[in-house]
Amino acid sequence: MLGLTSIVLAAGLALGAPVHAQNSAAPAAAPAPAAAATQQDAGTTGGPAGTSATVAAPTPAAIPDPTLDAAGKPLTKAVPGMGQPQDAIYGLQEQVTPNGREAHWFHNTVLLPLITVISIFVLILLIYVIIRYRRAANPTPSRTSHNTAIEIVWTLAPVLILIAIAVPSIRLLAAQFKPAPDNAVTLKAIGNQWFWSYEYPDHGDIKLTANMLKEKDDVAPGQRYRTDADGPRLLATDTRVVLPVGVPIRLVTTAQDVIHSWAVPAFWIKLDAVPGRLNETSFIIEKPGLYFGQCSELCGARHAYMPIAVEAVPPAVFARWVASKGGKMPGANAAPQSTTAAGNDAADDTSNGMTDEGAPTVNATAAPAVTNKPATQNPAGLGQADHTND
Amino acid sequence: MTDTAVPYAAHGHDHAHDHHDADHKPGFFQRWFMSTNHKDIGTLYLIFAIVAGIIGGGISGLMRVELMHPGIQYLPEWLGYLRGGEVSVDESLHFWNVLITAHGLIMVFFMVMPAMIGGFGNWFVPIMIGAPDMAFPRMNNISFWLLIPAFTLLLASPFVGNGAGTGWTVYAPLSTYGEPGPSVDMAILSLHLAGASSILGAINFITTIFNMRAPGMTLHKMPLFVWSVLITAFLLLLALPVLAAAITMLLTDRNFGTAFYDPAYGGDPILYQHLFWFFGHPEVYIMILPGFGIVSQIVATFSRKPVFGYLGMAYAMVAIGLVGFVVWAHHMFTTGLSVTVKMYFTAATMVIAVPTGVKIFSWIATMWGGSLTFKTPMVWSLGFIFMFTVGGVTGVVLANGGVDDYMQDTYYVVAHFHYVLSLGAVFSLFAGFYYWFPKITGRMYSELLGQLHFWVFFVGVNVLFFPMHFLGLQGMPRRYPDYPNAYEHWNTVATYGYMIMAAGVAIFFVNIAWSLFAGRKAEGNPWGEGATTLEWTLSSPPPFHQFETLPVIDGGSHH
Repeated sequence: MLGLTSIVLAAGLALGAPVHAQNSAAPAAAPAPAAAATQQDAGTTGGPAGTSATVAAPTPAAIPDPTLDAAGKPLTKAVPGMGQPQDAIYGLQEQVTPNGREAHWFHNTVLLPLITVISIFVLILLIYVIIRYRRAANPTPSRTSHNTAIEIVWTLAPVLILIAIAVPSIRLLAAQFKPAPDNAVTLKAIGNQWFWSYEYPDHGDIKLTANMLKEKDDVAPGQRYRTDADGPRLLATDTRVVLPVGVPIRLVTTAQDVIHSWAVPAFWIKLDAVPGRLNETSFIIEKPGLYFGQCSELCGARHAYMPIAVEAVPPAVFARWVASKGGKMPGANAAPQSTTAAGNDAADDTSNGMTDEGAPTVNATAAPAVTNKPATQNPAGLGQADHTND
Repeated sequence: MTDTAVPYAAHGHDHAHDHHDADHKPGFFQRWFMSTNHKDIGTLYLIFAIVAGIIGGGISGLMRVELMHPGIQYLPEWLGYLRGGEVSVDESLHFWNVLITAHGLIMVFFMVMPAMIGGFGNWFVPIMIGAPDMAFPRMNNISFWLLIPAFTLLLASPFVGNGAGTGWTVYAPLSTYGEPGPSVDMAILSLHLAGASSILGAINFITTIFNMRAPGMTLHKMPLFVWSVLITAFLLLLALPVLAAAITMLLTDRNFGTAFYDPAYGGDPILYQHLFWFFGHPEVYIMILPGFGIVSQIVATFSRKPVFGYLGMAYAMVAIGLVGFVVWAHHMFTTGLSVTVKMYFTAATMVIAVPTGVKIFSWIATMWGGSLTFKTPMVWSLGFIFMFTVGGVTGVVLANGGVDDYMQDTYYVVAHFHYVLSLGAVFSLFAGFYYWFPKITGRMYSELLGQLHFWVFFVGVNVLFFPMHFLGLQGMPRRYPDYPNAYEHWNTVATYGYMIMAAGVAIFFVNIAWSLFAGRKAEGNPWGEGATTLEWTLSSPPPFHQFETLPVIDGGSHH
């Protein structure tokens, strides 16, 4: 059973290899001398000034975070037009998941042309009757008030059109609800007023807290602020969710306080995070890159200020990122080397010295101290209340 | 079968003349504060709705100004004026939520519903069925006067606490442990009172329509506006108690330690959403069905032709009302419903497009072969038909549960429901207002200003709301006071649209003022032979009491 999982996982990792070539700047650019790594890791999560609550005591054998450069800056830069909204255009965001592409096709090829044609059809009929039957052109009105045949036609025609829509619509729903396979990477997104925290329950004790990065003018001197490399204003977060490409992701959402909604338009994913419930969906990210989303259920004062930033990386990079966070890949207990090594080999990684040093220490590495509180001070918001008030 | 264009009033003579005692009006206070007269109560409702519309529309102006450019521009300043003194960032952000909540609640409960049902329904349902008044005149009065404390509670709530920032949907648990303080309690009580007012009104309309039709006015001869109010009244009667229950549980969760919606003690926030939308979806038909009725009357009048497919039109509304009760969870597609539930609600929601299509095509068929004049009410009705079509087809897009994983809670939804409400329901309200203004006031409105009002408003609302589709397609979430810079272009365009629309509304008020003081005196029937319903057999304005001798309807003899 475990062996099968490993094989599937390895296959998944190998699949991700070609795309990794494009992104190989990431690990390549990261010089990984073990000594320097400690410093990097300490600095990375918190940024230059250690504003984040995720700042951990430097751990002796920490592995460098492969998504960050030596200075702790994110390696993957936000690309305009990819995984984020564009200004002054008409149309959906580009989709990078199979279900997203199907839904995108359904909207752009079926629904949008259909509603446009229907609207124009009604408009033409209106203009025709306005011109043809104005009083000057038709002084004597007819007394016709029934025509059973045409009434049947305009009842049945919409029925047929709706059935034509329903078929791909139901198919899309079925695809969206296909459960994630066993080798899926589970991401648990927890909504809080007003930030997201994340857990990777299958990857050891990885916990992240993602706060919106404020603008330079809005932070105290020395604190970390948003740069264009982080992402657009209101979308960039101090900590990104890192996910592998080409591997099914099982998203589980819940919330600590009120209802939030975890949404990334480029994945065609929006799932409410409801306190007391675990909602689940799955998706496969096909392209490495940076994808942004925003909370999509009114959750109080700073509803607009709890963005979502997902960095999709090749599986090998993901595996190293997991290691750098003190987690472990599933099945790593049985074969700690094989999984990581498979990923690295497939990825033709240049800094493979790291694997040898890193992998054995994975289990020993202390998990970063993560609190469930936002990094920046969270003054008692108007909407914030003790929800266990009894 | 019947024919709605039949001159009902074949025997309804002599009511245009003032009976000496029929037109004896009580003194000012008794007439307007203790009224039992359906026309006076209707007028009160219309005035109330216009005042609420100014407030709700003004709030949307604040919202559009704030949203014109990215970043928080004015919220702290405005809240500072309101409160006096410095306000924190979080307080001004919360103030945004107060604004959107107030805008939604005011427009739904205190503008559209009072105008449609309380205003035009009160004024014209009794007249159209040949009744002297409503069945329960005193209950009619309390229905109106319950709205005053309801509106007062809502408007006062931001001055007592921090204001209710829950959205008009008042979702738990944001509305329970998420927002302590008296404001949300006041908003909930406001909804209770407004709901009680509507339930009483609904009982009154159902009783009136079932029992007080003039001899010969069978159900299948009733004007479509009366049909629409009858169906709306049933929707109100069945839906509002569910809302009342849902928000009562909110109140007890907030104040008395119950946990209906608190998962920590076995409750469920999603239960609230099911209850709310079991009310909330019929509610959207409550807001639009009377508009359907108004437009049907106007299209027939100005086509000089009976409504095409009368029975189909009436039963299409019945079908919309029935199906409207079994589609509520399409508002909850992202809450974690199971696949079969999503499939069912997708299919059921699409079904509504069929009777709606019947109505659109029947209106066009009514005009087909007609002899059309384009007076202001007709122009508004034509605008309604097209804009409602646009709002309807985006509804078909949103009906697909799979598509909603993208669209839910984005500006696409905002665009959709403003096309059916702000361009649908409101267009039908303006159409009805111009149509019945001569009857209500006895004076003609200015045709020039009416046409100008239409065109400016039409351009304004389209510039305002059409770009919101583009914002939604790019993923912009609703209820955001600040947005990523990439959404700036269409937001700026939308705000310009608001300004154009506001200019249109200004023309409307100029028209009212001018017409009331200087408008030409209106004859009993200013619209000519196309206007066949009973209100046009009376003087303009009608006598204080009409139909003291019931008219006899002999429309059936037409065939």
